[in-house]
This record gives sequence, C-alpha cells and structure tokens, in this order.
Amino acid sequence: MTDVAVIGAGPAGLAAARTAAHAGCRVALVDAGAHPGGQYLRRLATAPTPLPDAVHPLIDNFQGASVWAVEARPGGVRIHLRSAAGEGRTLRARALVLATGAYDRTLPFPGWDLPGVFTAGGLQALVKGQGVLPGRRVVVAGSGPFLLPVAAALATAGARVVAVCDASHPARWARHLATVSRHAGKLAELGHYLRVLRRHRVPIRFRHAVVRADGDQAVGSVTIARLAGDWTPLPTGRQTVAVDAVGVGFGFVPSAELALALGCDLVPGAAAPAVHTDTGMRTSVAGVYAAGEITGVGGAALADVEGRLAGASVAADLGFTPPAGTARDRRRRARALRFAAALDEVYAIQPGWQQWLTGETLVCRCEEVPVSAIHHAVDDLAITDLRSIKLTVRAGMGMCQGRVCGPTTRAIAEARLGHPVTDVTALSTRPIAVPVSLRTLADVPPDDTAPTRPGGCGTRPEPAT
Amino acid sequence: MSRIMDHINRGVDVVVIGAGIVGAACADELAAAGLSVAVLDKGAVGSGTTGSGEGNLLVSDKDPGPELALAQVSLRRWRELGAELPSFALEAKGGLVVATSDSAAAALSERAARQRAAGVDAVPVSATRARSLEPYLTPDVAGAVHYPEDMQLQPVQAAAALLRRARARGATLLTETPVTAIDRGPDGRVCAVRTPAGRLDAGIVVNAAGVASAGVAALAGVPLPIAPRRGYVLVTEPLPPMVNSKVYDAGYVADVATDDGGLQTSTVVEATDGGTILIGASRERAGLDPTFRVDVLAILARQAIRLFPALAGVHVLRAYRGFRPYSPDHLPVIGEDPRVPGLVHATGHEGAGIGLAPGTALLVRDLVTGRDPVVDPRPFRPDRPSLVAA
Amino acid sequence: MSDSEFGFTFDGEPVTGRPGATVGAALLAAGIRTLRATRRHGRPRGLFCGIGVCFDCLVSVNGETPVRACLTPVAPGDTVTSRRPEVDGR
Repeated sequence: MTDVAVIGAGPAGLAAARTAAHAGCRVALVDAGAHPGGQYLRRLATAPTPLPDAVHPLIDNFQGASVWAVEARPGGVRIHLRSAAGEGRTLRARALVLATGAYDRTLPFPGWDLPGVFTAGGLQALVKGQGVLPGRRVVVAGSGPFLLPVAAALATAGARVVAVCDASHPARWARHLATVSRHAGKLAELGHYLRVLRRHRVPIRFRHAVVRADGDQAVGSVTIARLAGDWTPLPTGRQTVAVDAVGVGFGFVPSAELALALGCDLVPGAAAPAVHTDTGMRTSVAGVYAAGEITGVGGAALADVEGRLAGASVAADLGFTPPAGTARDRRRRARALRFAAALDEVYAIQPGWQQWLTGETLVCRCEEVPVSAIHHAVDDLAITDLRSIKLTVRAGMGMCQGRVCGPTTRAIAEARLGHPVTDVTALSTRPIAVPVSLRTLADVPPDDTAPTRPGGCGTRPEPAT
Repeated sequence: MSRIMDHINRGVDVVVIGAGIVGAACADELAAAGLSVAVLDKGAVGSGTTGSGEGNLLVSDKDPGPELALAQVSLRRWRELGAELPSFALEAKGGLVVATSDSAAAALSERAARQRAAGVDAVPVSATRARSLEPYLTPDVAGAVHYPEDMQLQPVQAAAALLRRARARGATLLTETPVTAIDRGPDGRVCAVRTPAGRLDAGIVVNAAGVASAGVAALAGVPLPIAPRRGYVLVTEPLPPMVNSKVYDAGYVADVATDDGGLQTSTVVEATDGGTILIGASRERAGLDPTFRVDVLAILARQAIRLFPALAGVHVLRAYRGFRPYSPDHLPVIGEDPRVPGLVHATGHEGAGIGLAPGTALLVRDLVTGRDPVVDPRPFRPDRPSLVAA
Repeated sequence: MSDSEFGFTFDGEPVTGRPGATVGAALLAAGIRTLRATRRHGRPRGLFCGIGVCFDCLVSVNGETPVRACLTPVAPGDTVTSRRPEVDGR
C-alpha cells in the first residue's frame, strides 16, 4: 500500500505528486495518457521531451493506466486501473488526490456530428500533440479564452483560419477591470495570441457563432450568425463560409466521476458537477483530496497551486512535514479563483443558444438522440427529472456515458420544463469510469477491507432478481 | 399546487404513498373502482426501486406457494394491461434457466415439476436444445428449463402509463411531495396525510413506499420490518445479438449458503433492445449505502463469463444499483394494518415488485372495496407471525 | 516514406504512420475523416474530441474492438478496420 495515489498527471496532479514526494510520501502517479502532462502540458507525441516534475525517487509513474473505479475504505482507498490493452491492476493507497482535469464543453448545432467538426481541445490535441492539421480552412467557434490559443496554433501550423467566432463580447470584462488589472500575465498572454492572429490575418468576430454545419460525408461549409446579448441568433447578417474543419468550445466540464463515485460533496449551484474542497483541497470524504479543474475550471496556474496545496495537506495529514509556503499558496489560490470567477461570468453560456437548434439536431451523439425526443419526454410523457429523461430517451446511455451530452441535455430539459431539475448528477455519475472488459473486472481480487454485514437472510432459496 | 388546494377542502377516498410501479398499479385499479385517489411521492415517478429494475415479470423463479399464486394472477393482468395501455411495450421474452452442474440440474428439474403441478409452463429442455436457443451458452450445460411465460417491460414507462390512465380516471399525482405526517382520528383510523403543500383528508392510505415503507408506517405510529437490500447490475457496450432470451444460472436453486456478510448473488444475463447486455444480480444488506463494491461486481462478471464464455472480452459501460424492499420472511406485505385502521400496506416485494404489482393492486382493491380477494390474502397480511420486526 | 515512417492498413487500404502517432491522427493526415457509420442512422463519424472522452472515433485494431483511434498509438503492420454496426454493435 502506497502513501498517496495521485490520479491525473496534468498540472494539478504533477504539483500534488511532486509536493507530496518532497515531503517524503511515497506516491503513485496514475495517468491515462501515453506521457504525463495532461491536456495543458502537451508535448509532441512523436518527439516527447521528458517532464522533470514527473520524475522523483518516491514517485512511481503509471502512464497509460485508466482508472475505472475507486473505492474508499477505512484503511485507505482501492484504485482499479487498466492499461489500454485491458490488463488490470488494483492499487491501494492511504490517501488519494483526484486531479483528473476537464474536457471541452460543446453546444450542439445542426450538422455538428459531421466528420471534420471537432472540439477546440480536439483541434489542439491534433495540431500540438500530433503535428497534424485537421483541415486547411478552419473556423474556430465558441466562447472562452481557449479559442485564441487554438486558433493561433492552427494559423501557425499553416491552416487558413477563416474566422474565430466568440459568442461573448469583450465589453463583459468591464465589470471585472479590478480583477483583470491584478493578472497582468494573462493580459500579456492575450496580447501574444492577438498578435499571432493579426499576423495571420485571422478575424475575430464577437457575438458570432456557428449555427449550422453542412456537408455530405464531412463538413464542407458552416453558417455563421450574429447573436444578441443573450445569444439568440439574429436573422440578418448570416454568412455561409466554405471550411473543411470546425473547432467548437464553450469552456470546460470537470471530469468529476471518480469524486462522485466516492460520495464527495459537490460545489453547490455549479453548471456541471465540480468537487467541493476546503482551503487545503480536502474533499468531504476523509483521505480524498481534489485539485485542479475538477474543483472548478480555472486554468493551469490555479491547477498548479491547488496541486501544491493538496500535496501539502495530504503530507501533513499522513504525518509528514509539509513544505513551507502554504499560506502564500492559499493567497495565490484565492487570487486565481477570483480571476476564474470573472472568466465564468464573462464567458457564461447564455440561454438563446437553444434557438439555433432544430428538432432533428442531435443532442446525444452516442445514441443518436435528437432535441425533439427530450421535448417529447417533457411535453407528452410528463417527465420532470433528469434521470427519467435519460432512461426514456437514452441520452447519456451510450459509450461516452453522458460526457458530451450531459450538460446540454440538462439545459434543454430545464428550458422545456421551465424550472431546474433536482437530480443534477443524473448524467454525471459513472461508477465504472471508463469501459472495462468483463474479464478484467472478473480478475479483481477480493476486498478484505470491505464493510461486512452480519449473518445471512435465512435458508429460503432466493429469487433470480 | 392548485389541485391539492382543492383536495384540502374535499379530501379523497384514498391517498397512495409512492408513485413507483406498485403505487401506480394501485392507483389505476382504485380509480377504476370509482374511488377518488391522490398519489404522492417524495420524488419523481419510478424514482425508487422501480427505476432500478430491469422490468422482469417472472414465474420462473418462484416456488409453488403464495408468491407464485400472486405472480400468476399478476402476469395475467400484465398481459391485459399490455393490450389496454398505449406507450409501454410488453415483451414476451421467455426465460431459460440453465444448470451447469448435475446437482443443480437435479434441483432444477425437481422444482420445475412442482411448478408445473401449480400451473406454471416449465418446459424441460435438453442441453442441445438449450444451446440452439442460445448459441453462445457455455458447453457445460447439465440441464435446462424454458419458461415461456416470463416477460419484460420498461418499469418507469409502465408506471407512467398506469398513472396516466389513473389520472384520466380522476386521480391526482403529486411528485416531489413528501408525506410528513399521517393523522389519525380518536378511533385510531387514518383520517389525513400532511405534506409541505398542505393537509389532505383521506379515509384510506396505501403504503406503497417501497424502501421507505417503514418510515411511512412510523408516521402512523407503527413499526414495519421492511428493509433495503442492495443489488447491482452491470451493463455492457452495445453488441450484435449474443443472448436471445433471459438466461439464469440455476445455481441459486440448490445453493442456499450465504457469502460473507449476507452477500448473495445469482446470475442473470439478458440482452436489451439497445443491444446492451444486462448482467445481474447481487443482494446484500448494506442499508442505503449507494456506493459500489467492485468485488461484488467482479463476482457478477465471473458468473456471466461462466455462463457465456464469449462475453469475456466484452466491455462493461456502466453499473447501476437499486435497493429492494424486503421483509424478514421474503413475502410482500399486503393488507390493512390491524393496528391502524385505514392504513393498507402494499410493499415488501423485494426484487419481484414489477411482476407482482398488478396482482397486488387487484388484491388491494378487493380488500378496500370488500370484494372477494383475487388471491388468498392471509399469507401477505401485515400481522402474520413470520413478519417479526427485525 | 522517410526512415521512421511505416505502413499500416485501414479497411485494407495502405496508410502511412509515424512512431508516436495515434491511429486517428495518422488516418486524418492521410485524408481519412470517416471512421465508422452510426448504428441507428448510418451517419458518418470520425474524430471529435481528440482526447478519448467522446468515443466517436471507435475502430477495430488487429481484431480488438472497440478502440479509440484518438488515443491509440499506431504500430507498423497494424490492421485497422472500420466497425460495422451489425457485426460490432456500434
């Protein structure tokens, strides 16, 4: 049994592992990717440079290992991994740091399921991680600061970025000038991307969105619309442009399923389930810590400081001497959280986007469920909870288990119901976090630490179900 | 909220607590009998055990006795409902019980004979025939019995369909409305229920609250030994056809030894419309602990591979869990509580609630309206000696 | 083909791969965007999220299925095939 298992080797996980190891903890650093770094610290996979933070005598690296289940036990946690090839392994640790990051939030539009339409993160992964251009004429659309680095990477790699469409508007920053002024580094970063885009003559269109993609077997054109302040598409000023790739991103969704499986409390009122922690990054479950995007999307710098705080807390809680600098890190975290809150407000998804949907627009890509199915469930079947909608229309029941369609299904259902749903985690809980073969599952060793109950239930033969 | 305001003045004949399959079936029958009914649920329709069920309607797993008698009445009524009600599908899937050892085969054969004597269609099937019905079945088949009467439906859909008809007959449905108190008159009879939305007068309260039934009984001042038994089901990725009917391992028929801490497992494998395969089933006393025990899931996986070796490479996409409301003698509790006149229990169906719901509803209707009961109600009565509070 | 490049096949057709490349990226570089047809409506799908979250990019590799093309490194001589719903389920 190791001291600390850290799941996720992105900025937060690396910081947590490094901090805990420096304090003397034995750390198992588990990551599903071929190389550490997560989405943010992406190295070119065909020529990866090593990440120094991932290497330490007290850190055991488990790359290419997907965690498919975690269990909390009085003596520690059980972590069930499998390799890409399906080989299984169960790790035991006294404490657990969850740093599983986030993935792109998308909003559907007619034709978004055509090949050639990617998430913004998908374009980034292809260009920076694989050195492959997804297309020659690209539109990048959505909202949020991530659009600019993606567009810049595409332009630099030689794609013609026809436009960047940001549904929000910079005027929304006016409310946050005080916060912005304390983050000069972010402004400098922004300036850099704007310069790259200007150099490549990439227009940035605010209050614009891709509302439709067309093509036969792959995307050949998109329709770009102007939006009102609430993102309702305006009827005039539409433009159809020829493209062979589209990137779509409206922020990020935390990958919180392991925390949900452990029963961790969530941040109340979050758009998508995020893990609640104290200022030491402890979750509500003893021995379980969370850091980075899963506590609330806030970027790499926040993830790094949260990782350090989590590593310090876990070291201290296990009886090791934590590093100095925790008070300073808490202040840094507080500042970064204020900036993250500003980002959330500026780039918040506004309700008018549902106006660009048709009844046939796919909501759940995996099960091919259209918008009309959700409307029918609410209108005609009088269904009022998200779980029943899921079970009835099958949104969220396919291979991705609600990752892509979850927040959208909820938004569409709530708009149609006219009120929020109460079971907000219905499309986010995944006790099996990634698909695992029956053979690998069957090979899990018995759990001698599982809570037991006294006695049997009599001698009567049991029913089949 | 206007409907409950109306009822505050007028009251209803019956309040049904629980909008799961049993409550829905009761509401439908009572409304059909001309009674005014209000159905209350602290959550959504089918948000309890009903929503975790696979929707099995079985005679195959029942020994001759009161539960089988109720199941036979109930399945007959399900076939009628399947024809009467739109928007839910009843699949006459049939079930195949397979024995993989000689002792299990002997026990299975003996049980099938007793079931046939009680009127169940239990057709012995050779190993060769079993494997032609299920080409991916293990070669180690020692015996098999086919039960053509077993059926399947989608439970939440069925509950919703029953409630829709009940409402068309005048019943009221209030979801997200917990019952916070049960008022009793000076003679001890129930006279009203109270909710955050107001008080509702009623002469009869049907306790169809499943896993929450003990809590409802407590509101009326009496204990009821209904406790939860947690079960898990695995769901695979969508697959080409590999399993044709519902297939059960007969191991449980002979093996009554318990695993650690009251864990018991049986093997059930069936395919769904969407192409996924469901693998169950476990039962253990774990209170209402919603977490998953991976080692129990591992047992289900092992058992499924034993029955269908070709499933070894298939991926599990998700697992879900449910809590079955069980009673100490494993029979449902149906009938008026002698300690609380007007309180009629309709609960404790454990894992058989979907199948037994219409039969339960008919019995409740008969007891409430004073008709001849459709089955002998005595084995289910709340004051039977074997129903001792745990 | 340069020294480090190698060959593999997609539905029988030759494709070039490089060490460290994923199946999906190699196919995309070769102009192949459609990896499969959907089960219900037979619609074309390819890479979408690129990071293993959406499960749209499923293919079969050397008989193993389903495999996420965006995560799986391609190896020399790999036999990659498009999944057919009636055989592979999805």
